[in-house]
Amino acid sequence: MRASPRLTQAASLGLMWGLAAATIGVLAFIIIYILAHGLPHVTWGFLTESPRSMGREGGVLPMIVGTAWVAGLAVVIAAPVGVATAIYLTEYTREGRLTAVIRFGADCLAGIPSIIFGLFGFVFFVITLGMGLSIVSGALTLAVMVLPTIIRTSEEAIRAVPQAYRDVSFGLGSTRWQMVTQVVLRSALPGIGTGIVLSIGRSISETAAVMLTAGSALGLPRTAFDSSRTLALHFYTLSREGISMPNAYATASVLILAILAVNLSAYWLMRRLAAGGR
Amino acid sequence: MSGNSGDQVAREEARLAAALRSREPPPPCPATGPKIAVENFSASFDGAAVLRGITLEVCPRERLAIIGPASSGKTTFLRSLNRLNDLSPAFSMSGRILIDGQDIYDPGVDVAALRRRVGMVYAVPVPLPWTVYENLAYGPRLAGVRDRARLDALVESSLRSAFLWDEVKDRLREPATNLSGGQQQRLCLARVLALEPEVLLLDEPCSGLDPISTAKIEDALADLRSRYAIVLVTNNTKQAARASERTAFFLMGELIEVGPTVQVFTNPAHRRTSDYITGHFG
Repeated sequence: MRASPRLTQAASLGLMWGLAAATIGVLAFIIIYILAHGLPHVTWGFLTESPRSMGREGGVLPMIVGTAWVAGLAVVIAAPVGVATAIYLTEYTREGRLTAVIRFGADCLAGIPSIIFGLFGFVFFVITLGMGLSIVSGALTLAVMVLPTIIRTSEEAIRAVPQAYRDVSFGLGSTRWQMVTQVVLRSALPGIGTGIVLSIGRSISETAAVMLTAGSALGLPRTAFDSSRTLALHFYTLSREGISMPNAYATASVLILAILAVNLSAYWLMRRLAAGGR
Repeated sequence: MSGNSGDQVAREEARLAAALRSREPPPPCPATGPKIAVENFSASFDGAAVLRGITLEVCPRERLAIIGPASSGKTTFLRSLNRLNDLSPAFSMSGRILIDGQDIYDPGVDVAALRRRVGMVYAVPVPLPWTVYENLAYGPRLAGVRDRARLDALVESSLRSAFLWDEVKDRLREPATNLSGGQQQRLCLARVLALEPEVLLLDEPCSGLDPISTAKIEDALADLRSRYAIVLVTNNTKQAARASERTAFFLMGELIEVGPTVQVFTNPAHRRTSDYITGHFG
C-alpha cells in the first residue's frame, strides 16, 4: 500500500520542522550554556581591567583591544584586496585559464586548516619578515586566511548584478571603471558586506592562527607591533590550563556578544545602505 | 471570429492607409549630408555573419524604421551604430559607419563620448535600481555635469520631451522601479534624452507595452524628430508605417530595400518586402 500524498506531505513537513528545530536548538543551547556560566562574572571591572595572576583574577581589557586590533586590521587589509580581485575576475577578464587558476587557488586556500595558516604566518611574517609575534603578523595571517571568503562572496554578489545594468551604463556613455564603481559595486554592496562581516566574525573567533603569530602577551598593546592575546586565545588558555573556568566562561561570553554585536550592526548597516542605494 | 472584430481590423487598415497616403514623401537629405552613412558594413560573431554589406544613410531630422523578421540583424545593426557590439569579444566587423563624416570605428574615437552622442533605448525598460532623478542624472553626471541647477533643468526638460513630466514630477525621489512598465520605458527614453544626444536608437521600444503607452512613445518620437535623427527597430510593421519617414527592410542580415515609408508599404520594390508586410512570413 502506498502512503497517501497527504500523509507524505505531513511527514516530510514534520521531518523538516524537526531538523530545523534541532539546528536552532543546538545553537541556542551553546549560547545559553555559555552565557549562563559566563555572564554572572562579566562585570564592569572585568571589561575594563587587565588580567592579574595569569588571568585568574582581573579583567580582559587587553584581550578586547587586541582582538579589535587584529580582526579589524585583518579585514582592512583583506577587504580591498579581495574585492579588487573579485572585480578583476568578473568585470575585467574573459573566463579562461587565468581566472580558473585564481578561482581554484582561492578555493584551495579556503579549505586549508587555520593552524596551517598559523604556521605559514609564523614562518613568513614573524620570522622571515622579522615582524615578530605581533598584531601586524596576526592580522596579515588572518587576512590571507579570510581572503578566499571575501573574494568568493564578492564575486557572487557582483555576478548577481543584472547584465542589463551594465549595458545601460555603457549605453549612457560610461567607461568600464565608472560602470563598475557607480553601478555594479553599488548594487553588489549588500552581498559584499555580508562576506566582509563573515570574515570579521571568523577573524574575531580564530584561535590557532593567532596563537602562532600574534602571541599571547597579557599586557595592553601600545602599537601594532606589540604582541597581543585575543579573546579566543585567552579563553583557550584559561580553560586548557585550568586557570579559571569562571573567567574562561566570562571571556567566552564577551566573545559571543562581540560577534553578535558585529553581525547585528553590520546587518543594520547593510539594510540602510541597500535602502539608500535604491 | 465575429464580423465585429473583422470590421475593426478593416477600419484600422483603412486609417493606416489613409495616414500613409496623406504623408508626404521625405525630403532628400540636406546639402550638409547625411547624419549617418553606413558603407558596405558587415558584422559577425565568432565568424558567423550577422550583417552582410549594409549600405544606407540616415538624414538629420528623420525617423528611419527598420523592419524584418527575427534574427535578420536589426538589433546588431542598431548596436553597431554606437559600438555596443564592441562589448562582445566575439564581435568583428568590416566596412565603415560615418557619423557627421567621421568614421566611428576609427581607433582614435572616444567610445564613451560616441555613446553619449548616439543614445540607445532598449527593448526591455531597465531602470537602474535608484530613484527617478538619479536615473536621469546618471548620464549627465558621467559626462561631468556637477551643477545642481543644470542637472535639475536637464531632468525636467528630458522628462517633458518623453511626455512623462506630468506623471512623475512629484515622484522624482521615488525608486524608478515603482513606475509602471510604460512609464519605465519613457523614463529610459528620457534618460537618453538627458545626454543631449544627436542620434536616437530605439530597439523595439514598445514591444512589451500596452497601446496607450505605445501611443505616448510614438507621440514623443514625432516631437523629437525635429531635433534628432532617429533609428527605430520594430517588429510591428504598423508602428513602422505610423512612426517613420523612411523604412528599411532587413532579411537574413541583408538590406533588401530602403525607401520612403509610403513607398515601402504601398509599392515595395521587392516581392519579399511585400510578403513580409502583408504577413506572409516572419
